Amino acid sequence: MSDSEKKKPNRRDFILTATTAAGAVGVGAAVWPLIDQMNPDASVKALASTEVDISSVQPGQSITVLWRGKPVFIKHRTPEEIEEARKVDLKELKHPEKDEDRAKKPEWLVTLGICTHLGCVPLTNKGDYEGGWFCPCHGSHYDTSGRIRSGPAPTNLEIPEYTFVDINTIKIG
Amino acid sequence: MKKLLKIYLTTIFLTLSTHNITYSAGENYPLLKQDWSFKSFFGTFDRASLQRGYQVYTEVCASCHSLKYVSYRNLAEKGGPEFSIEQAKAIASNFEVTDGPNNDGEMFTRPAKLSDKFVMPYANDQEAKLSNGGAYPPDMSVLVKARAGGADYIYSVILGYEDPPEGMKLDDGVYYNKYMYGNKIKMPPQLYDDLVTYADGTPATPEQMAKDITTFLAWTAEPKLEERHKFGFRAIIYLVILTILVYFSMKRIWSRIETKV
Amino acid sequence: MSSHEYTPSSKFGKWFNDRLPLLTLANHLTDYPTPKNLNYWWTFGGILTFCLITQIITGLVLAMHYIAHADLAFGSVEHIMRDVNYGWLIRYVHANGASMFFLAVYIHIFRALYYGSYKSPREIIWIIGMLIYFLMMATAFLGYVLPWGQMSFWGATVITNLFSAIPLVGESITHWLWGGYSVDNPTLTRFFSLHYLFPFLILGLVILHIWALHVPGNNNPIGIDIKKPSNDTVPFHPYIVIKDIFALLIFLIIFAFFVFFSPNILGHSDNYIEANPLVTPAHIVPEWYLLPFYAILRSIPDKLLGVIAMFAAIFVLVILPWLDTSKVRSALFRPIYKQFYWFLVADVLILGYMGAMPAEGVYLLIARVATAYYFIHFLVILPILGRKERTLNVPLSITEPVLGGMPNPSMAKAKGDKVKINSLG
Repeated sequence: MSDSEKKKPNRRDFILTATTAAGAVGVGAAVWPLIDQMNPDASVKALASTEVDISSVQPGQSITVLWRGKPVFIKHRTPEEIEEARKVDLKELKHPEKDEDRAKKPEWLVTLGICTHLGCVPLTNKGDYEGGWFCPCHGSHYDTSGRIRSGPAPTNLEIPEYTFVDINTIKIG
Repeated sequence: MKKLLKIYLTTIFLTLSTHNITYSAGENYPLLKQDWSFKSFFGTFDRASLQRGYQVYTEVCASCHSLKYVSYRNLAEKGGPEFSIEQAKAIASNFEVTDGPNNDGEMFTRPAKLSDKFVMPYANDQEAKLSNGGAYPPDMSVLVKARAGGADYIYSVILGYEDPPEGMKLDDGVYYNKYMYGNKIKMPPQLYDDLVTYADGTPATPEQMAKDITTFLAWTAEPKLEERHKFGFRAIIYLVILTILVYFSMKRIWSRIETKV
Repeated sequence: MSSHEYTPSSKFGKWFNDRLPLLTLANHLTDYPTPKNLNYWWTFGGILTFCLITQIITGLVLAMHYIAHADLAFGSVEHIMRDVNYGWLIRYVHANGASMFFLAVYIHIFRALYYGSYKSPREIIWIIGMLIYFLMMATAFLGYVLPWGQMSFWGATVITNLFSAIPLVGESITHWLWGGYSVDNPTLTRFFSLHYLFPFLILGLVILHIWALHVPGNNNPIGIDIKKPSNDTVPFHPYIVIKDIFALLIFLIIFAFFVFFSPNILGHSDNYIEANPLVTPAHIVPEWYLLPFYAILRSIPDKLLGVIAMFAAIFVLVILPWLDTSKVRSALFRPIYKQFYWFLVADVLILGYMGAMPAEGVYLLIARVATAYYFIHFLVILPILGRKERTLNVPLSITEPVLGGMPNPSMAKAKGDKVKINSLG
């Protein structure tokens, strides 16, 4: 071995480098399961959708349901509230979105009940906008379309994935 | 090196041989050994057998035995029976689960969803006992791992019913089973020819059904077996390569000293 | 500790090191002069460090998903096995890791017994090691209870009942341990808490163990005191590090075979049956690594004396440095001790086997003989042997193994004991 050492000094470096590299790959592969275990597990992922019966929600009323551990507002809007939401000039909005794009059926507004500022739950029918929301944590006001109108929140209330299974049932997720 | 390995293996052999010793009261017969497809290093489950086994479970076992740690979604997962999502949904919707309370404060039933656990035949252990003459039909989720002989044991017990040896008295509702611990079992014999009708046309002999249900239970006990085998194969290949690399690195590094001396 | 003062090369390094000498410590650890003839039995210290860290990390992760509640524990373990991403892998590594940890620790202990590593000036290393071993057994036992299977429950019942052997206060102590009148939910939650705590105590003791080791330095297969640093030593890094890594990888391959291809072979199938206080399993057997002590416990017909014998079996190990009166460390130069050493190895293996067997008939008889021999070995044979035994000539240094002989380069490699004995003639 001492002879070959003199002849090929680079081979030693190659073997040591290859070993180090291979070792690093292995450590990485061993660390991944330890990180991935903290991601949502199979049973949590399977609970991704919730079906909600909305037959008893009267116009003007709003219910809050739990979906993936988060509150979801389902608001049965009155014609006046819909009109209110639709006549707003988009230029006035901090986060311009048409109400038509935010509600699949105009009389039903489905949004996440989480203030986009720092994650508090806004209060329904409170704040500067009639039929809108107000976040008590840092004073964000949302209108009847769940859009941010004033306060520190940067964006409108998020719209989750949802579909109307039938006239009385909404499937969220 | 060789010596090290030999010593390792001897130690492991010795530790193993002092362990895993099974005892049983009564007569002890060697189990009926089957060539399970999931036993070997690259072992996987026989998909068709798992699906047939599921059928045997629902049609035969499920009336008494629960599978409380298994969910309907598992039926469509990789490494399992691999029903399609639609099939698994259809299977789930055959079962009623209690949910609630609803807005009126009442519990209600609804068809099961993929995310639900297998519906249990009895509300609780006490009811299970009462309905089965005092014998509690064990949950079968991890049954294969919970019996010393594993899959072979389950298979043997299912097929192990015989007439009791002469002079052996059995109480009402107790059956003689060659392989059961103590040779006495409260579960009546279950399988007879064509008890179920397999969709794939496989003749439903007791041996076939026993094999299928055992395969299915081996999967419910160890649903990640295929992933484990695959992962393990890669891990060991990697470790062997790294060991060889480290061996040569070590020779190189130590050669510095040997030349000095 | 290290023979030369270390000064960091960079200015910041010096500034930092003057305030917290971490760099001096790192330098000490890399330069640490190690006997160059250490064989592969000496790699188990590194392997054990790896085992401890693996157990702590996987345990930490399992605790994120495990629920310490009598009604939920078993189900939460199944949840880990079925739903948690790589949960099956992490749990199997942790469960088999315990067995591998003990396999390594037994090799480590028996290496020390063979080469006399417990003798002066290394008594404190040895005693700390025994404390670690004792805590390991406690931790393993507590951990085995957590899945709340039948063996968990009945193992906990049997082991905690050992304390009921104590006269007068025994019963109060068991009630105190249980937090009730039987093993139940309060027992489980406190066992979980302690199972989480103990590994960190072990870690602290391991640091002391290594610290104490670095004062006199390593023993070596020849068992002689060596000058450090000298021709007889190599720096810990990279020579010993790479060798330890090599041995660790061999160990990991075996570990991986257990984890991936027979993860449950070292466990007991009854532990996949949820705990049931109404039904005792037909045979309660502890994990394999506790079997020798279990055999000692059962071979004494009296409850209190059995418990005392079991703890005494560990205690004789603690006082071993004073029981073995021989001045010569390595068994290589103690021909008679070497034979008794192998008798002891066989004796412990026999005890382990008997611990797994039902305590009756011939098994019980053999267990009793083996128990008696175990104590005779330490309490009678070793003290006498140390005075009577005629030992072989011990070389002066590793590179000059024979008195006055020429340096023998082949010795430096220390391939194994046989080579050395032969060349010693």
